This record gives sequence, C-alpha cells and structure tokens, in this order.
Amino acid sequence: MEIPRHWRLKKQRYALVGEVCPHCEAKIFPPRDVCPHCSGEAKTPYQFSGQGEVYSYTVMNDAPAGFEENTPYTVAVVKLAEGPMVTAQLTDLGAEPVKIGMPVEMVTRRIRSDGNDRGMIVYGYKFRPVMQ
Amino acid sequence: MRPVAVIGIGQVKIDEHWDLSLKELAGNAVFAAMQDAGRARVDSLFVGNMMSGSANRQQHLGSYIADWVGLRMHEAIRIEAACSSGAAAFRSAVMAVASGQLDSALAVGVEKMTDSPIAEITTELATAADADYESDMGTSFVALNALVMQRYIYEYGWKHADFANFSINAHANGVYNPFARFNSPITLDAFEKAHVVADPINILDASPVGDGAAAAVIVPLEEARSLNHTCIRVAGSGAATDTIAIHNRSNPLWLKAAELSSKQAYNQAGLSPVEIDLFEAHDAFTIMATLSLEACGFAEPGQGPRLAIENQIIPAGRIPISTRGGLKARGHPVGATGMYQIVEVVQQLRHEAGETQVPDARVGMAQNIGGSGSNIITHILVRED
Repeated sequence: MEIPRHWRLKKQRYALVGEVCPHCEAKIFPPRDVCPHCSGEAKTPYQFSGQGEVYSYTVMNDAPAGFEENTPYTVAVVKLAEGPMVTAQLTDLGAEPVKIGMPVEMVTRRIRSDGNDRGMIVYGYKFRPVMQ
Repeated sequence: MRPVAVIGIGQVKIDEHWDLSLKELAGNAVFAAMQDAGRARVDSLFVGNMMSGSANRQQHLGSYIADWVGLRMHEAIRIEAACSSGAAAFRSAVMAVASGQLDSALAVGVEKMTDSPIAEITTELATAADADYESDMGTSFVALNALVMQRYIYEYGWKHADFANFSINAHANGVYNPFARFNSPITLDAFEKAHVVADPINILDASPVGDGAAAAVIVPLEEARSLNHTCIRVAGSGAATDTIAIHNRSNPLWLKAAELSSKQAYNQAGLSPVEIDLFEAHDAFTIMATLSLEACGFAEPGQGPRLAIENQIIPAGRIPISTRGGLKARGHPVGATGMYQIVEVVQQLRHEAGETQVPDARVGMAQNIGGSGSNIITHILVRED
C-alpha cells in the first residue's frame, strides 16, 4: 500500500484541517490552495469543527477490494457546518435509519487495513449521528 | 480548421471474450473499420483506453496496437479520460485531421476487463474518482452515482420505479443489436426486484462491464464526398471538465460539463436540442442518463425521468436514446464506450440500424461521460446527401 500518500494526508484524515481564504473567508475542504469561490490564493490552515449534516447517503452491499469485510456499510456526502461537503463513511449507527438532513459529527476510525499482520492500517474520519 | 467526416466504422460484440486479448479486440474493430472505409492504410492511430496498465499489465497502447494492426512507423498514441476515453480518442483524431496536420486518422476505443477479478475491476473503476477523498473512503463507482441518485430522488420527489423505462428501453433496443452484451428484454417487475448494489441503485439501473472495442476512420470532408459512401460529417465536438469529486460541486445534481460541452457542440453545428434526431447518451446508470438529458437541454432540471415515463426516449419518440442498447444493454467496456456511441450514431445516420432505426435520422448526438461527470465530451454528426 502507498504509505507516503496516506502519511501526507494525516492532518486532513485525523483533524479535518482544510483552509480558509484570506480574501473572501470561504472555508475550504479538502485543501486546494486556490479558493473555489474567489480564485484567490488560499493557503491559511483552518480546522473544521467536524459538525455537519447528511447531504446524501448509500449503503454499500458490494465493496471495492480492501473493504469487503465491512459490508454492508454506509457512505455519505456530509455537508460540513462551515459549508464544504465531504465524502465519508457513517459509523455508530443505531437502529434509527439514516436520513438526509440528519446531524452528524466527525470521529476517527479505522478506514481499512492491508489484510495481513504486517500491513498498514489506515485511520481517518468517519461521521456518526450526533448524540441527542 | 477544415471539416471532417467518418468514412468507416467497426466494432466487436461486447462480451466476456476469454479467447481474445486486448490487442486482438482492438485489431478486430480496426480491421472492420478499415474494410468499411475501403482503405488499407491511415496516417495515424488514436487509442482510447482507461485501465490497461492495471487490468492487463500493458501500457503504451499507441505502439502496441499500431504494431498489431500493421500501422508500424505511423503516429500512434493512447488517450485516457476514464470512461470518456473513447470520445477523447475520437475528438483527438477529429482535431488532428481538421487541423490539416494529418490527412487521415483511426480512432479505436478498447477495454479488456475480464483479465482481472471483478473486485479489482471495481477498485480500478473507482480510480476515476478522487483517490484521496472519495475512493479511499470505501466508495465504489456505483456508490458515487447512488449518492447522487438518492439526493435527486429526495429533492425532486421521484420514485425508483420512475427510472425503469431508461433500462427497459435500452434492453428492448439491445435485442436487435448483434454487438450488444445483452440481447434480452427486461420487465418493470424485474427492474423493481433486482439486487440492490448501493441503495437506491440496483443491478438493472447499472450498465455491465465487458470486453469490447469499436473504431472509426476519419478523413477530410472533401475526400469523403468523393467516395461512394453516405457521407457522415462531424458537425460539432465539445469537451469540458468539472471537479473530480462530486462533493466539490456547488450542485452535485447538475452535470455542468455536459451543459458546457453540448453547448459547444450545438454552437459549432449551428443546431439546437430540438433538431437532434437521436442521442446516444451515457446511461452508465439510470440517474446519469437523467442528468445528461437535463444538462443537454432535453428536459428541465429535475424532470429527466418524465422523458422515460412518457416513452419519449424510444426510437419513435421525441428524443430517442440508447437506440442500440446503450451502456445498459450494449454494455460499458469503459474506455471503448465512447467509440461504440460514435459507431452507433453513424449506423443510425446511414439508416443501417435495422429494427431500432430512428425514422429519417439526419442529426445524431453522442455524449461520453468520464468519472462521475468530471470529464464530458459531446459530438454531433450530420448525414450529408
């Protein structure tokens, strides 16, 4: 597995660190160094709150290689409270069905592992329902 | 720029071709196209392909295919734009001849998918999305389309069954296409009861993978007119990109790149949507056909399913799509699909489409969508008499 590629993303994966545009104050995730709203340079780091709501979701019954053992699992597009959207798995789902608009918060979880004892384990963000 | 025309087409049946390799598939389509064009040589070869490096452990398809088909010493390159690789190769060939740099070009789309296990193919297809922020989260390509479809149904209030006629029409037309992966019709009941892959997308919303290749020969229009052929002119060619990831789009339910590339093609051709006689849309999923029809101006935003419900997409309808089976029934060998669409539009405009011939077809459009809508290429072809 590609260790440097995952290592490079640690701030995003573990802490939802994106960027804020110094010109128009738009919040940016994932970081792209150029503001998608005003096209200005935007390299100022910004940590997102991890709060958001479900924009859309689906349940994976047939998984890509490396995720088979997790099926069925739920994937969502989450609209973060600060504006941007992010694709992530939902976790800690109770009996209540997932709904569009449902409030969720970021947690750190195991995303996948290499499948053998010496393989790398990739951790990163998932989202869980906000405790009422 | 000079106008160009398609003078030859060739294709192989989309199937699980256990006895045919990547180069043999491409070669069979190339030789059929050359024979149809009535020529033994072309100046150049443009190969559309998405995943030969991972699926077949073979890159460098320009030289590889040119060597196999007897075009050694000629210019040849491979073009990759995920699922829109086929149309990208065609557009490159069109631009090369239109510019005057080359006097003839052969575009071939080829994908050999059964050399790898299906879970690996699923992973390879997902490389068309954002690796760091979509695929690494465990999303398959089906899942990305499911996320869009779920939201679409939520916002516009459709039911899953409202999308059924996209697949029913595709399969009804595929019955009569000897090159189609599936030659069997499907029913509404089957559509509603099919295995759910990623809610709300079930197996009958989704197009099948397979091995396939399709090709076309492109020459200047002036030369094409001198031949004893029905002349099919390339009247418009447009291409546009969007964000690689769906979550970065301001409106994930609108295919902006489809809107832009179709507008470029309409403007070049001097035509509007009402003048399109048939449309080979990229129906990789029923939701993608829906969004494509809307972005190209055939339906209002959110109203795409109405065209299917009202049977406007059948060969006798207002805007026939998937007339030879579409991705759903003809099949979706990803990097080859765009070339199948071109071949099928040419068949329609030559009036060689048999039972699913669109009456008096003169203007045909093809739209090839790469990724989740992140690279979209549209062509308009016109019959000249």
